[in-house]
Amino acid sequence: MKILVCISKTPDTTAKITFADNNTKFAGDGVQWIINPYDEWYALVRAIELKEADNTSTIHLLTIGAPDCDPIIRKALALGGDEAIRVNADSHDSYYIASQIAAVAKPGGYDLIFTGKETIDYNGSSIGGMVAEMLDLPYISLASKFSLEGGHAVIVREIEGGEETCKVQLPVVVSCQKGMAEQRIPNMKGIMGARGKPLKVVEPVAAEALTSIASFDLPPAKAGVKLVSADHPEELVRLLHEEAKVI
Amino acid sequence: MSVLIFLDQADGQIRKSSIEAACYGAKVADQLEVGAEAIVLGSVTDDLTLLGKYGIKKVHTVKNPSLDQLDAQVFTKLIAETAIASGATVIVFSNNLTGKAVAPGLSVRLIAGLVSGAIALPDTTNGFVVKKNVFSGKAFANVAINTPVKIISLNPNSYPITTGDGIAEVAEFASAVDAAKVQVTAINKVAGEVPLTEAEIVVSGGRGLKGPENWALVTDLAKLLGAATACSRPVADINWRPHHEHVGQTGIAIAPNLYFAIGISGAIQHLAGVNRSKTIVVINKDPEAPFFKAADYGIVGDAFEVMPKIIEAVKKMKRVD
Ligand SMILES: Cc1cc2nc3c(=O)[nH]c(=O)nc-3n(C[C@H](O)[C@H](O)[C@H](O)COP(=O)(O)OP(=O)(O)OC[C@H]3O[C@@H](n4cnc5c(N)ncnc54)[C@H](O)[C@@H]3O)c2cc1C
Ligand SMILES: Nc1ncnc2c1ncn2[C@@H]1O[C@H](COP(=O)(O)O)[C@@H](O)[C@H]1O
Repeated sequence: MKILVCISKTPDTTAKITFADNNTKFAGDGVQWIINPYDEWYALVRAIELKEADNTSTIHLLTIGAPDCDPIIRKALALGGDEAIRVNADSHDSYYIASQIAAVAKPGGYDLIFTGKETIDYNGSSIGGMVAEMLDLPYISLASKFSLEGGHAVIVREIEGGEETCKVQLPVVVSCQKGMAEQRIPNMKGIMGARGKPLKVVEPVAAEALTSIASFDLPPAKAGVKLVSADHPEELVRLLHEEAKVI
Repeated sequence: MSVLIFLDQADGQIRKSSIEAACYGAKVADQLEVGAEAIVLGSVTDDLTLLGKYGIKKVHTVKNPSLDQLDAQVFTKLIAETAIASGATVIVFSNNLTGKAVAPGLSVRLIAGLVSGAIALPDTTNGFVVKKNVFSGKAFANVAINTPVKIISLNPNSYPITTGDGIAEVAEFASAVDAAKVQVTAINKVAGEVPLTEAEIVVSGGRGLKGPENWALVTDLAKLLGAATACSRPVADINWRPHHEHVGQTGIAIAPNLYFAIGISGAIQHLAGVNRSKTIVVINKDPEAPFFKAADYGIVGDAFEVMPKIIEAVKKMKRVD
């Protein structure tokens, strides 16, 4: 079994969000970067578990990004995976990134391609679906459970109002969310071992970007909380009814 | 030329989030001075001519019952064919779970730029720029779509439903439906509950409620208000509440009219999933709880004392109305 896990880098969940260059760029200086939580906790850990169950499997990690992604991909390798590939390109366009992933995946002959549910910075939730269409493969979005049965994958995915179990022939592209696996912490052996694992850097293929970010805005500051005394909670109900008109 | 809106259905009825997409798409069609058309897949029971009141001129249907189950490849092909046949230059989805499964594939098939998570109408004064949420609701990006055909996936609860007069023409779209590669073997729908992403009011509890046995404080209020229930991540992790109720950066992101948070501290990762709510109410015994900074209304007090009184007051209000 050959598994490809797509890894992206995002600002830490507590990072302060500010913009530079006339609000056209995220101000990344001094920001702590992490592996996108969905990619790390769910996609990568589930892939590692599959390999633990069948040690003939190989896991490749793929990131599309500039050299500043290397520490992130090394951190991912410390959790598990056999080798990493970085496509040396910097873009925020989903179609462009998906084109790079597809270009690596096509000759790679992967049985499984895992992505996270979404990146917590640009919140596209789209790259998995794009890669699947580029490779003409089925796409299962928002998977919360994944298992293998013969040549099939059995997957639980979230649908509107609930969840459903589905069966699909490999190869398949799956976007992973909570439920797939439990978060792991890299151990010393993993961290040391990661240093010896290959990290290949390849140049991007020619691809179009279909969108571009014109500018960013921050939401307007809240006016401030209106506090109601704990002795008169009914006053809160009145305010919600008469002033905010939400109940 | 047209604007084409994909409407997804559940048990034969068009979803509320899709009706929002219809109203949004009709407005975009007005902006571009073209007609608004819709596509519905599977066995719908709703009277589709009534979509006219949301501004839809024509509805394309493919009634094949195999389409009641989601297969992204099959859906993508049919929507792409309809879009080409109706000369659509803009295609609108709801950024709900179905939209997230299908819109990206369509973007590739039509080489049409996609903005997912849109929260406002496109600005067409200089190009075609759509505002969307980024950084988990902590900021917005104005994204230019630079292709002739454009796809917008609209966040639920970000565009109002308005109705007018009008009757839509309904036409069966004749196309071969591919055999699905994804075979659905079991469906588990949470019956009778208001789906979290569509709810106008959400009542949510955190670790401050001490244990699942106290959840009536949340569920009683939710029932009275016709609200959905939610919880913080640790509450789902320790199995006090089901996982699908977990909101936040790593859970579900919601934008209801009212978010009622009880015994939740308001950690930045929690706020990331709820900060787009129009009105936020916080009940917390700690005046320093960070949630108060993001709140519109609050009570500093013990939830076990305050909540029963709130529930009583709501009951009284409902009786008076
Ligand atoms: C990468 C990452 C992602 C995360 N993603 C999420 C996410 O998606 N969603 C999420 O919710 N969290 C998330 N978290 C966790 C988050 O940081 C907080 O730990 C969590 O939200 C705290 O939950 P809580 O407010 O229920 O509990 P606590 O922090 O324990 O807060 C309990 C609150 O209840 C109050 N309280 C106690 N007793 C009473 C009483 N009797 N009456 C009234 N108030 C009372 C306390 O004053 C306190 O403010 C994430 C963390 C990380 C690191
Ligand atoms: N630059 C990138 N390199 C590799 N994988 C990525 C990149 N960006 C996004 N992904 C993958 O695609 C998923 C969805 O991203 P998005 O569609 O941008 O929300 C992420 O969780 C990653 O698994």
